[in-house]
Amino acid sequence: MVMPQTRAAFGRAGAAGAADIAVSVRNISKNYGAVEALKNLTLDFPRGQLTSLLGPSGCGKTTLLKIIAGLLDPTAGEVEVGGRAVTGPGPDRAFVFQDFALLPWANVLRNVAFGLELRGVAKSEREAIAANYIAQVGLAGFEASFPHELSGGMRQRVGLARALAVDSEVLLMDEPFSAVDEQTRRKFQEDLLALVAQENKTFLFVTHSIEEAVYVSDQIAILLPRPSRVSDIIRPEGLRDKDPATIRRDPEYLDIVDEIWAKLRSYVE
Amino acid sequence: MRLFGYRLPGMSSLIIWGLLWELVGRSGLSFFVPPLSEVIATLFEIIGSPAFQKALYETAYAFIAGVFFAVVIGIPTGILMGKNRLIDELLLPWVNIFLSAPLTALVPVLMVLFGFGMKSIIITTTLFAIWIIILNARAGVMQINRSLVDMAKSFGASPWDAFYKVYFWAALPEILGGVRIGVIRAVKGVIIGQLLISIVGFGALFELYSANFLMAHFWAVLVVLFALAFTISELLAYLERRVSYYAAKR
Repeated sequence: MVMPQTRAAFGRAGAAGAADIAVSVRNISKNYGAVEALKNLTLDFPRGQLTSLLGPSGCGKTTLLKIIAGLLDPTAGEVEVGGRAVTGPGPDRAFVFQDFALLPWANVLRNVAFGLELRGVAKSEREAIAANYIAQVGLAGFEASFPHELSGGMRQRVGLARALAVDSEVLLMDEPFSAVDEQTRRKFQEDLLALVAQENKTFLFVTHSIEEAVYVSDQIAILLPRPSRVSDIIRPEGLRDKDPATIRRDPEYLDIVDEIWAKLRSYVE
Repeated sequence: MRLFGYRLPGMSSLIIWGLLWELVGRSGLSFFVPPLSEVIATLFEIIGSPAFQKALYETAYAFIAGVFFAVVIGIPTGILMGKNRLIDELLLPWVNIFLSAPLTALVPVLMVLFGFGMKSIIITTTLFAIWIIILNARAGVMQINRSLVDMAKSFGASPWDAFYKVYFWAALPEILGGVRIGVIRAVKGVIIGQLLISIVGFGALFELYSANFLMAHFWAVLVVLFALAFTISELLAYLERRVSYYAAKR
């Protein structure tokens, strides 16, 4: 069942009609030998919005994200980003990793600038850009620190700054907050809402937390396993214009969380 | 270690073994074991002699050249094997065979192929050192965090960038471990080469002193050799500790 609601016209910046699709996944299948990880999956990601991929473990949400990133080849089907077919990693997408994937031997500044370094941006230019994003994620003053000197939350801020620094249209986030503690995670979720509002980027967000998905998403795609398919698309309409501090007390928030749990509970052992 | 509440400095046990050596030497139990004090006196006597310095130069030259080739060929080969399944399948059996093969038995073959000169000694040294360097570089690359590889790819790293900006550094603790063991094996290689191929360097000194029953001289050269190998190995172990701070955080 796909919920029939359409988005309010005065929503978040960049929100537009159904035609404005940043990432489009068409009939994707992925087999690992005899195992069908994804089967004939079709999904659209509206431009300028945050779409969560939510589902029980083993439902293939990370596999789907890596196919969109160009890190995995699908067995069948195709992915389009900005109207162009994906054949591999590209500068239109940046990835935020669950385990941060920082270079342990490089300081924060070089880590944040690393995406630009690989693109051949001159040292002074890329370091100026990196310093800017380091400040934006709240790590000013830590430019010369090394990853092992930072907390998990700060490391993920470095990973986020690195993805922002390459200024790609699409941000792919693979359970970015699952390796940080609960309080840091809440702060991250609030910051993410602000980020989606202020950056005109499309966010694809993999999570296994129902509450997190409802809190941060414009659109939630619920994936069910064996083989994976999109079971529902839920759009938490009324929540996006609310104060982030009150969302968790909102009846709509609580209803959607309950609704999703009702759908998922039979798939959780 | 602590003894009776006192902290003992590192390698204190050497004092005990040194004393034991001295006692055995003085007791005259064996002609082959002169007292340590005599060995050390001989050491200072011969260390300035032209024969010793020539031997040191020849040995150091063959050793450094052999280790150089082992490192420069071994590390990239190991990284390629860790990254490319086909190359790995092709080379791994050979690397494993040569790692455990009695390389000394191969030395006569090398002499036929490369002559009786320095070239054969250097190749022998390289052959002693290279296999463990390859295996460790390979192991280091294979344990690189999957997401670090994905990160390099997703940000558009070319194969060359990925190689020397990510894979090499991520595998560096293991690579250095391999180089350290390889260097110790190279010490064996260079001496065996000098003994078997052409009697030069420390090999020639060993040959000369043992043939003339100059046991204090013989032991003095051995002590020098041990000290050199130990120093190099400790230096590399220090480097290894310097980089291993991040090994656990990868």
